[in-house]
Amino acid sequence: MILNKSCKITEKKLIAHGIGDIYSVWLNCPEIAAQVRPGQFAEIRCEGFMLRRPISICEVSAEGIRLVFEVRGEGTDWLAGVEEGASLEVMAPLGNGFEPIEGATALLIGGGIGVPPLLELAKSYKENAMAALGFKRAEAAVLTEDYSANCETVVATEDGSLGEQGYVSAAVEKLITERKPSIIYACGPTPLLKYAVALAEKLGVRCQISLEQRMGCGVGACLVCACKVKTGEGYKRVCKDGPVFEAGEVEL
Amino acid sequence: MADLSVKIAGVEFKNPVITASGCFGFGEDYTDFYPVSRLGGMSLKGTTLDPRAGNPPVRIAETPSGILNSVGLQNPGVDALVNDYLPRIKNSGTVVIANIAGSTVEACRDAVEKACVDGIDMIELNISCPNVKEGGIAFGVREESVRQVVGEVRKVCTKPLIVKLSPNVTDIVAIAKAAQSAGADALSLINTLLGMRIDINSRRPVLHNNVGGLSGPAVFPVALRMVWQVAKAIDIPVIGLGGIATWKNAVEMLLAGACAIQVGTAMFADPMTPVNIVDGLEKWMDENKITSLQEIIGKVEVWG
Repeated sequence: MILNKSCKITEKKLIAHGIGDIYSVWLNCPEIAAQVRPGQFAEIRCEGFMLRRPISICEVSAEGIRLVFEVRGEGTDWLAGVEEGASLEVMAPLGNGFEPIEGATALLIGGGIGVPPLLELAKSYKENAMAALGFKRAEAAVLTEDYSANCETVVATEDGSLGEQGYVSAAVEKLITERKPSIIYACGPTPLLKYAVALAEKLGVRCQISLEQRMGCGVGACLVCACKVKTGEGYKRVCKDGPVFEAGEVEL
Repeated sequence: MADLSVKIAGVEFKNPVITASGCFGFGEDYTDFYPVSRLGGMSLKGTTLDPRAGNPPVRIAETPSGILNSVGLQNPGVDALVNDYLPRIKNSGTVVIANIAGSTVEACRDAVEKACVDGIDMIELNISCPNVKEGGIAFGVREESVRQVVGEVRKVCTKPLIVKLSPNVTDIVAIAKAAQSAGADALSLINTLLGMRIDINSRRPVLHNNVGGLSGPAVFPVALRMVWQVAKAIDIPVIGLGGIATWKNAVEMLLAGACAIQVGTAMFADPMTPVNIVDGLEKWMDENKITSLQEIIGKVEVWG
């Protein structure tokens, strides 16, 4: 059930700088937290804006949910200005989320601000997961310790300032030489998703990808967050049919 | 307790708040927030004779106090509306309005004919969608074509017929009169205003359709003015919409002459907007000892 709540910010930290500043925010909302599946998202109301901002849920605790977001425009800039102790209007949990498979060995491939939505999966798979995390450079890196506390983790940066030098594929290659995944989960920019889909095809394993699109209602009513289906005509709704899709389901 | 009920073209609404077409799907997406029985009515997603895929994304852009959209009438077609969706939503305790569009007069007529089934209480003929290349708005901007499409639809429409008007016209009153004379039982206005945004870095329009429909509080004063002009010029009921976000906006719209109002874009900021408007309106009427909507509708006292 989707809840619409005013949630207090219990902790807020500036944790990195990618294209814009990246913040980690914990919100107090036990009722929402109790329902969240990995890969779902929240829509946050931003004062003065018609559209809520869809932000992935990075982590849950008994008391609440954690959002990690990057300032990309006026809405997220407003959000970055809301201080600890203040409240945000939160609609969540939204979307379908990733499907964890019991007994599987999972390869998580995250890039940039696509890294946060995979953390709950790492927590549920623990040692049965491997995480390949790609960033532009060291200052843009987020959650690397959160991942390595849960599973085998390799980081890559484009300039080599942290971990392997290169795209996220450099981290993936290091991981899969010793262990073969039986499922791949990916979130990040389109080239990363295409890479993950191609890798899954090569390895002959299942692949789930999480997509982004500009959204309206967030609940499936307005049909603006369209993504093209791979076979036949038509579009699916990223907010309700997604944000997670099977690799063969949608066009990238 | 104030009586919020209103009768439009013989159909009884428990309150004057209707969710607007395109913002409420087929009535199933907001049920986690409140039962649809709290609403006076719901106007379902614009539906055409055949299924439509809609426009490629990006389909939405934010604007000051509003949004632009170019969904392009994505819908499953009237057969799916009647066979798949309607059985789940009929008898849900609210007035169910099928919003029908088409790219030709014949397509509009045939879709309306198919939609006139048990469980659909009213038809809202959309002659004002700005997001499809052919048809849609093309009907809504000339008196002659309005008369033609409304007249043909009227012949097959066995339900009360609302005609939804476009604001993208030079003389809204003339269009309204044309719809009335061709047999509309009620009018709803306004649909979205045609607009555009450009990404200065890519030099591309933000919307893949290049242009789209502007809605939200930005358009409210335009909608209010048009409703006021139309309501005093015609004899059939007017349903007012366009940028309504609060119960105060709703009162303004009723004072301007609307018998009921529709709420759309404001739900994206707050999904509770429609029920907040019902509750706010009731409280305001009670506080002001207004017992029925008839004491408000069209009661603006204009300057001489």
